[in-house]
Amino acid sequence: MNINATLLGELIAFIFFVWFTMKYVWPPLNGAIEDRQKKIADGLEASEQAEKDLELAKKEAAVKLKEAKEQAAAIIEQAKKREAQIIDEAADKARAENDKILAQGQADLEAERNRARAELRQQVAVLAVAGAEKILARSIDAKAHADILDQLVEEL
Amino acid sequence: MAANGEALTTQGYIQHHLTNASVGEGFWTWHVDTLAWSVLLGLVFILSFRSVAKKATVGVPGKFQCVVEMIVEFVAGSVRDTFHGKNPLIAPLSLTIFMWVLLMNFMDLIPVDFLPSFAQFIGGQLGYDPHHVYMKVVPTTDLNTTLALALGVFALMIYYSIKIKGLGGFLKELYAHPFNTPWLYWFNFILETIALIAKPMSLALRLFGNLYAGELIFILIAGLIGIWQLPAHFIWAAFHLLVIPLQAFIFMMLSIVYLSLAHEDH
Repeated sequence: MNINATLLGELIAFIFFVWFTMKYVWPPLNGAIEDRQKKIADGLEASEQAEKDLELAKKEAAVKLKEAKEQAAAIIEQAKKREAQIIDEAADKARAENDKILAQGQADLEAERNRARAELRQQVAVLAVAGAEKILARSIDAKAHADILDQLVEEL
Repeated sequence: MAANGEALTTQGYIQHHLTNASVGEGFWTWHVDTLAWSVLLGLVFILSFRSVAKKATVGVPGKFQCVVEMIVEFVAGSVRDTFHGKNPLIAPLSLTIFMWVLLMNFMDLIPVDFLPSFAQFIGGQLGYDPHHVYMKVVPTTDLNTTLALALGVFALMIYYSIKIKGLGGFLKELYAHPFNTPWLYWFNFILETIALIAKPMSLALRLFGNLYAGELIFILIAGLIGIWQLPAHFIWAAFHLLVIPLQAFIFMMLSIVYLSLAHEDH
């Protein structure tokens, strides 16, 4: 094979191509690739983080939901208790009112009866006096015998 | 095919295909075809890659950018795996070697008569004797090309050896290895110098030999076996399709390995 000046030409071309590649081709291409790799890595990391966050939020939501259910149950329980209490109270009150009204009625009745009885006694006394007056025909002084009459009234 | 009616038809045909279009005398002969094709292919490489590099986006890449990035990633990966050190020159150098050699090797797959016949036609039209218009289209079948690449790598090996280890360290590697006894230094020196010279030589000759042989077989198939050349061409081209990227890869890989050795301080 004949080695000749072509070697020099090829060498110069080679040096130029390497220089050009080093200066203008490699850095932007490799930079773009590395930047994209970084971007993808960041994206993956972010998505992983988001997944974790989602998991956490789900757990939190479940806990909150459970709490809320418990609270609701407690409130309902309380309300039921309160309801029973109100009903009891109302029943008690009604019963007490009932008793009171009954007692009042009885007292009224008693008083009325007493009064009627007293009136009757009075009238009986008057009637007795009038009867006696008629029978004795003025022989008996009403005033003089008032104490006897009163005693009679008491005995009735 | 080429000349007819002559006694040396086949031989002449092969000879014609293996001769460079040259200008000048003696050492100052320029293989115009080798230079033109290699520079053209080198320009194809740097301009296409530059066009991608200029509008390279970090976002979703286009299809061509994907292809270019695949090659860049592949070269970057090879460099990362083999070269342990920090040198911004190694990766671009490797990319240039790989792509340039690959493109030059691929010229081998263009049917052997296409471009030479076209050149002969043009030459004939311009008034030259068509039998003396030569065109060798595969630059890597010219030892000048492969040797230029190998010497470029060799110069870098020497440069970084001296830069990293100092001149003393570099020389010490030559004489104090593998037998570290003063009375065998002369023997070491002969051994290591041969080993050192063998590196660029093997680089250049491996690529040249593979491609030259491949080209020669294409020429023989075209020149010798008549109509049977059609399946034979196909089979050899399919086989050669493996050789082409493999040789480009080997050249790149060995360059990285040699430069990596140059950077290692013992």
